[in-house]
Amino acid sequence: MTSESIVSVQHALFDLGVEFNTLRERHPGVGAIVSFAGLVRDLNLGDDVQALELEHYPGMTEKCLERIAQQATDRFGLQAVRIIHRVGLLQTGDPIVLVLTASDHRHEAFEANEFIMDYLKSDAPFWKKEWTSEGPRWLDQRACDREASVRWRVAA
Amino acid sequence: MKLNLLYFARLREELGVAQEALECQVSTVGELIEMLASRGPVWRAQLLADEPLKIAVDHEMVLPSFVLGRDAEVALFRPVTGG
Repeated sequence: MTSESIVSVQHALFDLGVEFNTLRERHPGVGAIVSFAGLVRDLNLGDDVQALELEHYPGMTEKCLERIAQQATDRFGLQAVRIIHRVGLLQTGDPIVLVLTASDHRHEAFEANEFIMDYLKSDAPFWKKEWTSEGPRWLDQRACDREASVRWRVAA
Repeated sequence: MKLNLLYFARLREELGVAQEALECQVSTVGELIEMLASRGPVWRAQLLADEPLKIAVDHEMVLPSFVLGRDAEVALFRPVTGG
């Protein structure tokens, strides 16, 4: 059985149900599918968020996502991965990112999903600009996200 | 060498430029940063201040010690905030 990994960087909304069913149809043998969806919150750092603008580095961002999908597949023995990350102007409540991980058993699917999300938060070339009632501001990388990625480093 | 420089997100807004073609002779990425910083106070403040600066050469993250041997695409940006 071959493992697939597919990534998309897109403006368009995605449909979790459609992605889930597509993955199931392509991989009828999987026993576990874990999904994570990140959404635009309407409150951040004490301010009302009206919209979120996502910028990326065309060319490099896609390569980075493909690489982390392949790393996750190899490291956790996944049957399939699907990563969708939206860019452009998003509204509060909108989905930003979807990560599906599929494996024979649940442990690998859960771990791989966290592994990918920790990477997306700390190293994938995207930048968020919030439009708040106080005006626009670029978000800073959070220390907790940086630290979360450290735990995946393989001991030498 | 010919470099295609790209600036992203807040750094782009602060510097007022998204992209530029640069003909120059520098050895390392660090030297390139120093050269850009010498353009004026805004460049110096943005590129050499405490705030972390991330650099990618031909779509790979590098450190300032990276040697630029040939024509390349160099991207500068602040730490990422995706996901």
